[in-house]
Amino acid sequence: MSATYSHAPGFVAGDRPKIVTSRFEFADSFTLERYLATNGYKGLRAALSRPANEIHDDVKSATVLGRGGAGFPAGTKWGLTPQQVWPKYLVVNGDESEPGTYKDRLLMERDPHQLIEGCLIACYAAGLSQCFLYIRGEMALAQERVAAALNEAYAAGYVGKNILGSNFSVDIILHWGAGAYVVGEETALIESLEGNRGMPRLKPPFFPAVNGLYGQPTIVNNVETLANLPWLLCNGVAAYTTVGTKTSPGTRMVAVSGHVKRPGVFEIINGTTTFRDLIFGEEFCGGIRNDKQLKAFVPGGGSAPWFTADQLDLPFEASQVGPAGSMLGSGAVIVMDETTDIPAAALTLTHFYAHESCGKCTPCREGGTWLERILRRIVDGDGTDADLQQLLEVGAMICPGDFPHAANEKLGLTAVPFPYKMTTICFVGPSAFAPVHSALTLFRSEFESRVTKRVTIPVTAVSAVKTVTPVGAH
Amino acid sequence: MSRLSDKNLVIAKEIIARYPRQKSALIPLLHLAQEQTGYISREAMVHLGELVGVTSAEVYGTATFYEMFRFEPIGKYLVNICGTMSCALMGAHELMHHAEKRLGVKAGGTTQDGMFTLAHAECQAACTEAPCLQVNYRYRLRVSTTDLDKLIDDLEAGKLSEEIPAHGVLAKVRQHIAPDRVVGAVSPELVNQAPAWLNGKAAL
Repeated sequence: MSATYSHAPGFVAGDRPKIVTSRFEFADSFTLERYLATNGYKGLRAALSRPANEIHDDVKSATVLGRGGAGFPAGTKWGLTPQQVWPKYLVVNGDESEPGTYKDRLLMERDPHQLIEGCLIACYAAGLSQCFLYIRGEMALAQERVAAALNEAYAAGYVGKNILGSNFSVDIILHWGAGAYVVGEETALIESLEGNRGMPRLKPPFFPAVNGLYGQPTIVNNVETLANLPWLLCNGVAAYTTVGTKTSPGTRMVAVSGHVKRPGVFEIINGTTTFRDLIFGEEFCGGIRNDKQLKAFVPGGGSAPWFTADQLDLPFEASQVGPAGSMLGSGAVIVMDETTDIPAAALTLTHFYAHESCGKCTPCREGGTWLERILRRIVDGDGTDADLQQLLEVGAMICPGDFPHAANEKLGLTAVPFPYKMTTICFVGPSAFAPVHSALTLFRSEFESRVTKRVTIPVTAVSAVKTVTPVGAH
Repeated sequence: MSRLSDKNLVIAKEIIARYPRQKSALIPLLHLAQEQTGYISREAMVHLGELVGVTSAEVYGTATFYEMFRFEPIGKYLVNICGTMSCALMGAHELMHHAEKRLGVKAGGTTQDGMFTLAHAECQAACTEAPCLQVNYRYRLRVSTTDLDKLIDDLEAGKLSEEIPAHGVLAKVRQHIAPDRVVGAVSPELVNQAPAWLNGKAAL
């Protein structure tokens, strides 16, 4: 059996710039001792030796994109809070549970001090007086590592009262969840942090930046986003923006799983690395397992519409992936080779989202379950051709109008760009439909060969039956 | 016996003090109750309600939303086999069938000796190491059927009790903030000015 630790091979390959994974090669990467020996807390020191508004400006001009899924620039997000309302809070979203995604867990397990330093820099720059670090419930090791790191950092004067002897004081509170995917949505995260059922809130009025935790302005940032800040402050905006492209600077972590030769989590250059590099490149996954053909891949976590070989040359750049019909999401690529049973693969994802629906919005609660049940009977061989239409009709209740999909030369399809319209508060409902829609659009024949034709009785035959006196009628 | 023990009560009060509003401590406290008895009893929920100032019904309302909380005893070891896409593509269903045969229970069931509860789990964030499983939330990666048999053998023989505590115990390290380092939680109503360091000057 493999070690308890994951051994994602991506961390040792190549000589790409490493912004957030630079310490992963050390066995003791999670200790304060190692952290301090490798530029640890220097970014914090650099930040505190300048006024807070300048640090905020740095993060804005570096265009540090949110790594949680929506890709919204962190500096801009911090600027959305009202000027004169206090206190403001920082909530760190470490509730990573999007299918295919795992980067935040590694960042928390292997370099917790980097995350803590990132939280401190954010609190200093945006004037946030308390930080809540919400870690997914199932991640026991991440909770242990972050707790241990916080204890070390408090004792050493990096967190808490009068940090490094300055007038900057902030508590970082470790909080942990108890198993609910939807809590990864920021308003649901806040509900959960307030001790409630983790159901998303309606926006407006509950935009967290204005009306978040305890009704106060609240910044919700992803773990990876914050982990970028120490490096940025140590090396400066110019160094940060030389990596990647203008609209997508820096690096990002991407997990590639499924049918590839060497699955792994890689820190890639943002904006320029393509899906082909990632799936077939020798320094990354090295191609499809057993040298089979690529059938399809999920480009940005289980919620994202699927791509096929036609989209391999797209880079990790939201402005190109969106118009192509999908999203980069949370940095997760799931690869399917030619042996994949497409309806069954779609079912695993639809089951996930139907299961994780919080039940607040009817289209998601009912529709997700309908989609799953219809899909399951198709996979089990009990479906009819009417079920295919039914899937699309149920989907249209959750996402009215054209649903995004990729172009496909062989099928003569042109791309429908992202995003979709939705009748639900959050993305769980549309996410249940995304795999169904992609699978049905790109691989309809696999569904058709699996369902039986429904035999309908002609109308004339029905009226003929009506004239017959029923047996037993008097 | 199901109310928090004196030792855990001290921990609970320390946790509650970290939040501007007491109810925020509820999920960590529910974990504490589950750590104490392996599941969350009615008495524990009444006690937690008293501690954070809400009714036990509200505690129950929150608790039942989250999958990790159990309201009746389960096996000492909860074996969660991931079945979401990446793991499914790499043989998770076969692994589940094998586990069901080996343990003699269906997914969701508990063995008669109370040692194992087998469950189907959703994505556990180890997708590149598929198929994966968690025993009491401790990972096992790229698990073959042989690996699974060995794991069950080892757990039965008590060989892994050091690494894998009984169900309910999550992180073995707790956050502890020394009184001389803590800033302290303040109710938001009591704050109406910008933090001290936003004075246009460098903090250091």
